[in-house]
Amino acid sequence: MTLLTEAPAARSMRLVDHFERGLDAPICLTWELTYACNLSCVHCLSSSGRRDPRELTTEECKAVIDELERMQVFYVNIGGGEPTVRSDFWELLDYATAHHVGVKFSTNGVKIDADAAARLAANDYVDVQISLDGATPEVNDAIRGPRSYETAMRAMQNLSEAGMKNFKLSVVCTRTNIGQLDEFKAIADRYGAQLRLTRLRPSGRGADVWDELHPTQEQQRKLYEWLVAHGDQVLTGDSFFHLSAYGQALPGLNLCGAGRVVCLIDPIGDVYACPFAIHDEFLAGSVRDPGGFADVWRESALFTRLRQPQSGGACSSCQFFDTCKGGCMAAKFFTGLPLDGPDPECVQGYGEEALAKRKDDGGGIPRPSVDRSHRTSPPRPRTGMGPVRLTLSRREDITAAPTSACDESPLAGFAPESIGADRRHQEGSLTDPV
Amino acid sequence: MNAEAAWRLHPQVSIRPEPFGALLYHFGTRKLSFLKDRLLLAVVEQLGTAPSATAACDAAGVPEPDRPRYLAALATLADSHMIERDSR
Repeated sequence: MTLLTEAPAARSMRLVDHFERGLDAPICLTWELTYACNLSCVHCLSSSGRRDPRELTTEECKAVIDELERMQVFYVNIGGGEPTVRSDFWELLDYATAHHVGVKFSTNGVKIDADAAARLAANDYVDVQISLDGATPEVNDAIRGPRSYETAMRAMQNLSEAGMKNFKLSVVCTRTNIGQLDEFKAIADRYGAQLRLTRLRPSGRGADVWDELHPTQEQQRKLYEWLVAHGDQVLTGDSFFHLSAYGQALPGLNLCGAGRVVCLIDPIGDVYACPFAIHDEFLAGSVRDPGGFADVWRESALFTRLRQPQSGGACSSCQFFDTCKGGCMAAKFFTGLPLDGPDPECVQGYGEEALAKRKDDGGGIPRPSVDRSHRTSPPRPRTGMGPVRLTLSRREDITAAPTSACDESPLAGFAPESIGADRRHQEGSLTDPV
Repeated sequence: MNAEAAWRLHPQVSIRPEPFGALLYHFGTRKLSFLKDRLLLAVVEQLGTAPSATAACDAAGVPEPDRPRYLAALATLADSHMIERDSR
């Protein structure tokens, strides 16, 4: 989000003060339309993969859009999962824009063929974000899965040929791609797109890979310098306000907007304070509740609490607190740090200290409340006995095959122990299946 | 900015009144702007019908000594294409 403050001289409250107290309606919100996804990115914020059978129906989605129109929410950031795999995706997109709710959606590009690109280019109220997490196939596909680089490039080619201007190339900054910022910029320029960089968050499956993939302190510094140098040409979704403690505030609001100016609606209609915190702790209500979304936004106890003045806790004595505000709530939560302390990536190094102390305590680190990961992926290191070795031979106790299939009882060999059901249960739970 | 010309809100701009003023969102540039007082909002709302920016200030009730400040705010809005010349 780019922000221009233009008004007669400020005499009373600053802009951020208004926003910290919360607005009557969000400026924009993130709406994960489905948990279904053709990919299994290792850092997926929403642990997506499989569709949730309780997903909002087309009619329910339209009712939400009607409500957003009444509340004058400017636009929704649609994501998932992969939102375009919903069969009513295009219908909902047209419905939203016809009802004055702008749509910005994130996609891996799988459905962006020439026809889809032409359709998108013709709609002034739609913006597209193509996700790419490496400027080369090697770096990207290691995170997003085989051939996902190719898919994204083809989608950008189609959008560019259709005349779509200024769509976004959206990159999550990781340890493996921070060295490629100039290359990302060149790819964006090649397709007439705008580069958008966001922060890797330890949310969803991101929690599993955060330790290996989050940028090092040295990389954070480089990223900050790159952002300062490229300032207004690059969007950040206000992701990196914790880096402001290096000195100069980065463009944007530089505040945590959770429950104040933004929120998240998940595929089954649950409303969370923040797009990066799908956890019961941040669950405010559901659009299926009698008062609908508006009631959750205006009345929920959680949002009311988030709009109270926040204590800086351990950070309040830091000279940079006013610019970094203690960083990202979700990043702290999912790394097991107190919400009123430093961000785990605090550029002053207080986060690392806190993480080290946390390890001493051995306290439980919260896990996401929802996991719709594909059951077989993402590939995780397998431990155990390795491949099962089989030897095929004839059973000696069976002297002859049954004369016909019906001669044997259909229940022969049935043991009333439902291993299949147990396994399913295990795989659907929060711990890693493998 | 020509304060004697007619201006209007850009057709791709959506405006949302807030207790402190208003939020403006431009669907073309995808920029969010912020009006810091209700009087400025009133001026912007008058633009579409007033014959000029100055007339819009008067119609909204901007005290004469404050007019230059409000016209300067409108000029900033014009720079970011939130408002545009109206060839009525």
